[in-house]
Amino acid sequence: MRQTTSPNQLKNHLWLIAPAALMVGIFFLYPLCFSLYSAITLDSGEFTLAHLNKAFELYSKDILFTIIIVLISVAILAVLSITIAALITLSPFRSLSKTLGFLYRLPLFIPFIVTAQMMRTFLAKNGLMNNAFVASGLLTPMDTVSFLGWSGIIITFVWKQLAFSTLLISGAMAALDDSQIRAARNLGASRFRILFQIILPQIVPTLGVAMVLSIVTMMSVLSVPLMIGTGSPTMMTADMAFRINSYGDYHVANALGLVSYCICAGLAWFYLRQNLKEKGAN
Amino acid sequence: MIYSLNSNLLKTLNIRSLRISFWLQCVFILLLALAIFGPIMNLLIWTVTESWYFPHALPSQWGFKYWQQVFNPYSDVSGSLFTSLLIAVLTVVVCLIVSVPAGYALSKRSMPLRVFWMLLFLIPQAFPNLTVYMNIARLFYDFGLNGTLLGVILVHSVHGLMFSIWISVAAFSSTDPMLERASRNLGAGPFYTFFHIVLPQAAPGLIASCIFVFLESLDEFTGTFFVGSPNISTLPLLLYTASMEGNYQIASITALILLVPSILFMIIINKFMRPDMLSKLGK
Repeated sequence: MRQTTSPNQLKNHLWLIAPAALMVGIFFLYPLCFSLYSAITLDSGEFTLAHLNKAFELYSKDILFTIIIVLISVAILAVLSITIAALITLSPFRSLSKTLGFLYRLPLFIPFIVTAQMMRTFLAKNGLMNNAFVASGLLTPMDTVSFLGWSGIIITFVWKQLAFSTLLISGAMAALDDSQIRAARNLGASRFRILFQIILPQIVPTLGVAMVLSIVTMMSVLSVPLMIGTGSPTMMTADMAFRINSYGDYHVANALGLVSYCICAGLAWFYLRQNLKEKGAN
Repeated sequence: MIYSLNSNLLKTLNIRSLRISFWLQCVFILLLALAIFGPIMNLLIWTVTESWYFPHALPSQWGFKYWQQVFNPYSDVSGSLFTSLLIAVLTVVVCLIVSVPAGYALSKRSMPLRVFWMLLFLIPQAFPNLTVYMNIARLFYDFGLNGTLLGVILVHSVHGLMFSIWISVAAFSSTDPMLERASRNLGAGPFYTFFHIVLPQAAPGLIASCIFVFLESLDEFTGTFFVGSPNISTLPLLLYTASMEGNYQIASITALILLVPSILFMIIINKFMRPDMLSKLGK
């Protein structure tokens, strides 16, 4: 039985949405547009590329650094979360996959700032990780190196985002038609083959969504590069905060923001294109 | 004869490969557990450390000295904890007021431009929001909202809106429309029907959305960093300052305070939030 709604009622429904839409419009869309506008105009309102040029001149190394860090983190994330999700779905040992299913979700709600503080002490030269290596005889106290820096940033991002992306991916795997997997098994396919030829092709869209969302998160986190990334080069988010807090220079900061939108948009576009290509091929 | 020998051989091979994969999976889980619990352990150790320096593998002096410092009623931490909780609760209230009507309206499939509205509320999560925050801070500066509770609450609410709206749409979609119509046919007004028939059915989902918004607000750093500082000091900001000053004990205890609700809600929600349910979200 379909619900019929009169036009009058629909108008009422629009009123119900209005407060929420206004909030997003005023406190998100307006500043967003303003940042784009500010990145490419002078104070007098004329169009200019000077801010973008300056941003590239000063921070091109950091922009490259950011892209590389994000790409490496996403690659590690994809491999790890597919491995965990596949183990949960395909493992013949129920108790193991149950343990794994609980374990990977623990960091889901742990905030970035707490993760950053944990990693700041854990990965340091005198942190628990190096101490454990020394105690187990793998390293001598003189060989230990601090992981604070680019590798620390990657470890922190992966540690934090792993729960989220695995949750999405194992959700997609659980929603697959069980009979396909059973049919493949009955026909003698190995678990690896089932993973690569039956499961993975079907979860590519979810994998893409998880990765794009993770990229956006990594591009907007400020606390991790500030607390873990020591020295130069650093991530663009730290540069933007520095530009504002030290110089009050909104134009260059917004130009950097524009670059970060473009990076995200570029990666999202890459994902969409791959997706379309695969659909076209079929 | 040969056949049975072969099948026996296959069976032993199979069992052996099963055993190998069992141990491999055990090792993987163990490594993952170490990677997950290692940093958490380190944090816990730091909270009860009085001094710890190179080359000691473990703290040279243990104690609760810093706990007393933190829970001293005049310390920064208790003040920040109160501010954080106040902001989080008010953010939940703002989000509920705004998203309950919106969620109810969007749960009607006949809503015009439904996909457009849903995507609109997704936008705050789909853009790197640092740039937006610094421009909001500039905007708020003109209105005198910078460094005020209201400004911080507004920023947190916009950030949490996506969770509260998407989850409440799911919650209202799962209510039974026939009950609503029955109530109307029996002469109840629209408001009476909404509050007595529809809302109770959607309550569990709405509570879940409140939990999400509460956690998001409690843990928010970037927005508060730009809009709230230096007047408003929430727990994440305090943690950041303490950590940058090298005061790891205070930073770790603050982190532990933030960690408790996160893990607690994770375990509570673990019962409700199964991955296969998540794949239905937004449909």
